[in-house]
Amino acid sequence: MYVAVKGGERAIDNAHALLAEERRGDPAVPELSVAQIREQMTLAVNRVMAEGSLYDPDLAALAIKQARGDLIEAIFLIRAYRTTLPRLGHSNPVDTGAMAAVRRVSATYKDLPGGQVLGPTFDYTHRLIDFALAAEGEAPRAPQAEPLGPVPRVTGFLDREGLIEAEPDSDATPRDLTREPMELPADRALRLQALTRGDEGFILSLAYSSQRGYGRTHPFVGELRIGEVAVEMEIPELGFAVEIGEITVTECETVNQFTGSKTKAPQFTRGYGLVFGQSERKAISMSLVDRALRWEELGEDNTGAPVQDAEFVLMHADNIQATGFLEHIKLPHYVDFQSELELVRRLRAGAQEAAE
Amino acid sequence: MSDYNFAYLDEQTKRMIRRAILKGVAVPGYQVPFASREMPMPYGWGTGGVQVTAACLTPDDTLKVIDQGADDTTNAVSIRKFFERTAGVATSTHTAEATIIQTRHRIPEAALSDGQILVYQVPIPEPLRFLEPRETETRRMHALEDYGLMHVKLYEDIARNGAIATSYAYPVKVEGRYIMDPSPIPKFDNPKLSNTPALQLFGAGREQRIYAIPPFTQIVSLDFEDYPFEASKAPHACDLCADDTTYLDEVITDDHGGRMFVCSDTDHCETRRDAGYRGRLAPQEDAA
Repeated sequence: MYVAVKGGERAIDNAHALLAEERRGDPAVPELSVAQIREQMTLAVNRVMAEGSLYDPDLAALAIKQARGDLIEAIFLIRAYRTTLPRLGHSNPVDTGAMAAVRRVSATYKDLPGGQVLGPTFDYTHRLIDFALAAEGEAPRAPQAEPLGPVPRVTGFLDREGLIEAEPDSDATPRDLTREPMELPADRALRLQALTRGDEGFILSLAYSSQRGYGRTHPFVGELRIGEVAVEMEIPELGFAVEIGEITVTECETVNQFTGSKTKAPQFTRGYGLVFGQSERKAISMSLVDRALRWEELGEDNTGAPVQDAEFVLMHADNIQATGFLEHIKLPHYVDFQSELELVRRLRAGAQEAAE
Repeated sequence: MSDYNFAYLDEQTKRMIRRAILKGVAVPGYQVPFASREMPMPYGWGTGGVQVTAACLTPDDTLKVIDQGADDTTNAVSIRKFFERTAGVATSTHTAEATIIQTRHRIPEAALSDGQILVYQVPIPEPLRFLEPRETETRRMHALEDYGLMHVKLYEDIARNGAIATSYAYPVKVEGRYIMDPSPIPKFDNPKLSNTPALQLFGAGREQRIYAIPPFTQIVSLDFEDYPFEASKAPHACDLCADDTTYLDEVITDDHGGRMFVCSDTDHCETRRDAGYRGRLAPQEDAA
C-alpha cells in the first residue's frame, strides 16, 4: 500500500547528521584544523579564494574543511557567504608592477632586469611520490635570499620600442559581474572578471584547445609573476588612498602574434591573466583565453573555435552555475516524466492503431 | 534569526529584484535581466524562485512551497525551512490559506484567488533556447516577434509524430505578444495560466531572468487550427481520493506491472479525503 512520502524533513536532518559524521572520518585520527588546511593545502585554498571571488584564506580553509575537500562545494560556500557581505566601496587598481614577487619568470628573454626567479614551483620537481612525507619530520628550510624588490615588466620593454600594442589607461569604473546581470556583448573588463572566477578546469581546457589549433593565437609567456601587492582604498573623509592590506596574486602577460596592416606597422598583441593567490595554471590559461576572445577587436578571423565564442565561454565558465544546474536533474522530475509517459503511451497506441 | 536580514536578502537587493518584477509585470512575458545573487542553495534548485519570493514576502504573509505539486518533497521542505528560518513567516500547506505559493513544476489544482502570488522556479526561461542556443540571437527574435522557428518546430513534431510532442514546458503566447516558457509544468496546467486573478511571477536565478503574468492576462498555448492544444493527463482517477480531473503521479507498486495513480497535488488530495472521498486503493478507515 502506497503512503504519500512523508517525513522529508526528518530524512533531510538525518542526512545532514550522517554527512557531519562522514566529514569527521575516523575519530581515532586527529581532526584537521583550519590553520593546517590554510598552511598546508595552500593551493587548494588559493583556488577556492580565486573562484569564490573572496580573498580570505581562513574562510577558504574552513570552507574546504566543511566541504570535505570538494573544492567546488567550498567555492560555493564562499560565494554564498560573499553575497551577503555589505559592499563598502572598491579599491584602487592594484599595482602589480610594484609587486613583492616570490616568483617571476619570462619565456621571452634569457635574462632580464630583476632576473628569472623560480620561487616555490613544482616545475622541475620529478613527479616521484615522496614517501618520506608520509612520516612526520622536521619542517624543511630553504636558503634565504634578499627579497626581490619591484621588478620591471617584460611588456614594458616591448612597449618602450612600440613593439607591443599599447594598453591605454582608463579611469572608467568597470561593470561589476557580481552586481549586474551578464549581458552580451561583454567588454574586456567583464570578460576578465568572468574568467578569473571561472572554473580552472574549463579555462584550462579552452586554453589548451586554442594551443592545439582551435582559435590559435601563438602565445609566449612574456612574464609570469607571483607575489604580494598592496590593496589601497580611497577614503573620502581623508582625501587620499590608504593601504588596507596585502594580497598574493598571480599575473600572466602573454605576448602574442602580431597584427598590422598597410597603414599600421605590425605589433605584438597581449593576453592577460590575474588570479588570487598562487594560481599559475589558471593565470596562464586565462591569458590565452582572454587573447583568443579578442579576435574581433584585432581583426582576426572567427574560425568557429569554441574559445573565440564569447557567449559560449562566458555563459559556461562558472562552475557554481554549472554544477547547480547539472546536479538539479537528480531532484524529483516525476511530474514532467509522467507527462512524457502519458504522451509516449498515447503516441504508441496511435501508431499501433494505424498499423492494425 | 538575527544574522541575516528578513528573508535573507538585503534590502537593496530586494529593491533591485522588485524593480525587475515591476518591469516584468509592465511587459507581460518579457524576460527581464536581473542581477541574480548567489543563494545558499545550488543554482537549478530554485534560486530564482527563492529570490522572487524573498523580494515579495512581508512578515504578514503565509507561505506555501510545493515541488511536483507536493508540500513534502525534499526540496520543497528545504525551501520552506529556509524561509521559516530567515523570515519567520507563517507557512501552510493549504493553497487557499497561502498568500505566496512558490512552486516547481505544478500549478495547484484549487483555483487561485485575488491577492495571491504564485512564484515559479524556472530552469531555462528562454522558450526558444533549444531551437537557438544563443541569447544574443533569441533576444533579437523576441524583439522582432520572429517566432517562425517555433511554429516550424511544432509543425515538424506533427509531421514526425502526428501530434505536438511537447508534454511539459509547453510554450505559450502572452497577451498576443511574447512567446513564454511557463517553466516545466505539465501542459495539463497550461489553461490555468490564463485569466487568473492571482499574480504569477517567474524567477530564473542562474539565467538571471524574471518575468511575469499579471492577473487576468490572456495566455494561449501555441497550436494549429487542425491540431488544437489539448491539456492531457493520464486517463485515470486518483486511487486515493477518486478525483478524475486532477493531474496524477504514477507510482510503481510491485515488479509485476502493478501501479497506482495519485494526485500530484497533495493538498488537494488530502482535502478531498478529509471530505470523505475514497479512491480505489484508499483504506476505508483512512483518516488521512
